[in-house]
Amino acid sequence: MSTTAAGTTTTATRSVDETLQVALASGSRPDPVNALSASLTFGWRALLKIKHVPQQLMDVTAFPIMFTLIFTYLFGGALAGSPNEYLQFFLPGILVQTVAFITMYTGVAINTDISKGVFDRFRSLPIWRPAVLVGALFGDVARYAVASIVVLVVGIILGYRPDGGIIGVVLAILLLLVFAFSLTWIWTILGLKLRTPESVMQTSITVLFPLVFATNIFVQTDTMPGWLQAIVKVNPISQVVDAVRGLMQGDAQASDIGWALLSCAVIVAVFAPITMRLYNAKIRS
Amino acid sequence: MSSNPDLAIEASGLVKTFGSTRAVDGVDLAVRTGSVYGFLGPNGAGKTTTIRILATLLEPDGGTARVLGHDIVEEADAVRSRVSLTGQFASVDEELTGEENLILVARLLGYPRPRARTRAAELLEAFDLTGAADRQVETYSGGMRRRLDIAASIVVTPDLIFLDEPTTGLDPRSRTQVWQIVRALVAQGTTVLLTTQYLDEADQLADRIAVIDHGKIIAEGTSGELKSSVGSGTLHVRLCDPERRPDGARLLSQALGIDVQPEPDPAALTARVSDTERVAAALTELSRSGIAVAEFALGQPSLDQVFFALTGHPAEPTDAEDDGATEEDAA
Repeated sequence: MSTTAAGTTTTATRSVDETLQVALASGSRPDPVNALSASLTFGWRALLKIKHVPQQLMDVTAFPIMFTLIFTYLFGGALAGSPNEYLQFFLPGILVQTVAFITMYTGVAINTDISKGVFDRFRSLPIWRPAVLVGALFGDVARYAVASIVVLVVGIILGYRPDGGIIGVVLAILLLLVFAFSLTWIWTILGLKLRTPESVMQTSITVLFPLVFATNIFVQTDTMPGWLQAIVKVNPISQVVDAVRGLMQGDAQASDIGWALLSCAVIVAVFAPITMRLYNAKIRS
Repeated sequence: MSSNPDLAIEASGLVKTFGSTRAVDGVDLAVRTGSVYGFLGPNGAGKTTTIRILATLLEPDGGTARVLGHDIVEEADAVRSRVSLTGQFASVDEELTGEENLILVARLLGYPRPRARTRAAELLEAFDLTGAADRQVETYSGGMRRRLDIAASIVVTPDLIFLDEPTTGLDPRSRTQVWQIVRALVAQGTTVLLTTQYLDEADQLADRIAVIDHGKIIAEGTSGELKSSVGSGTLHVRLCDPERRPDGARLLSQALGIDVQPEPDPAALTARVSDTERVAAALTELSRSGIAVAEFALGQPSLDQVFFALTGHPAEPTDAEDDGATEEDAA
């Protein structure tokens, strides 16, 4: 009896050993991947995370829906005469705000990777190193698109009517995606620099709140005191709001779009090199 | 430095400082191809930092090293394409499933999608994880996580694998499984560099062991060599009556002509003996004096004793500092 049991165990152990040997023997090395496929693979990873943790998507869309309802019905009448009239003005703005807030999750995600150790795995692979960052951005674009559509649909249900038509709305969202992609480079710096995901979150919010409120998202710039108008006018978020509002209302000025794209270019030119430097410096500290 | 084809790793004078801490303080290494090399030391000794330098995740502040013939700074890409690292904290994505983690790594290494899938299935099978393939890693036990982590490291069979504390925190069964995996890797021809705080693990797996303390290698050799450098053998005696231990210690000490140490067990004594012939006489002396012996053993010194003899402090994990914290603080 005991002999049989021992015999079975030995066989079982051997077969595990054998599958292990087979698995080890068949690990031949394929050709290395190029930068684009590596980035796309990381983008796939980001999409899987949305699939597994859909709450994060709900968190980021519930907040703007609440904002839309509160501002439209609570303040709308006072700010613009009627809730419906305010909604026409406010919806493109809240769209920008929604996406701007989601961008900061990229920094949090990178920081989480670093603190959990999976970052070390990626960095020890023979791949184009920035692929982790670029891939995360690809995945984020999907998230921005979903959030934009949710807010837009809620707006339309509440009575928002884009005079710019479908083309205007699509162009507005595309512009918004470009802006979000640019803004993300700021949060990647925090993600690489700070110690914990929580501190990345807090710092990002501290930076974002004044940046989002000192804009023309909620009210017209000319209702503000002069010193504030000066700040609001140079705020890149205001530039983007002007362009998005114009495109959705169908009265976009080429100059507004130009300024918005220029803001994006400046943000990337300033912050992307800092991110890459920090990223490469990770191997020295 | 000239490159020796028989050596998988050759390092000289590696230094890494974090702030005022010299985490790695002049480490020289020569690891033969196809062998298992063990880094033995307490937390904060510099084991993890040394491994991260050799795996090209950190640049050294001083010294040079060649891994598989490639300079770790100048030819980091060449090194990365031939080694794998399994970090101290599981380097897998907890939000993804086990299968997705392996597919991700396989895709990044260049497998086309269908091949990545079959490779993942093959590895899950070999590492006894098929049943958990579709579960998110955050639901895995420590042992499963560790196995997945090692599986991810051998998607492409590496020429050299770094295992940083592969069994820390694992239950005895998972530990045995990891040991089995390490032995299978070696049989396959992979060179293994592992770190451990467990002396029996180094004893079990490693062909050669380097004892590290405060960033320096303080002893190096086979487990047998390290043990014999401390003394030829150790006598353990456990008395029936703890009350008689002082008498027993005195008698043994006289009979053997050496110091006899009390052990933490209140009835036990231990002595390092160079002349094993006298042990029998000493034990007879005890029973003649009416001190009953419950058990005795004569064997090689344990690596615990080796560590104590070399460093003057036991190889217990120190609480405040570990490799991770040291780096964090400096970062």
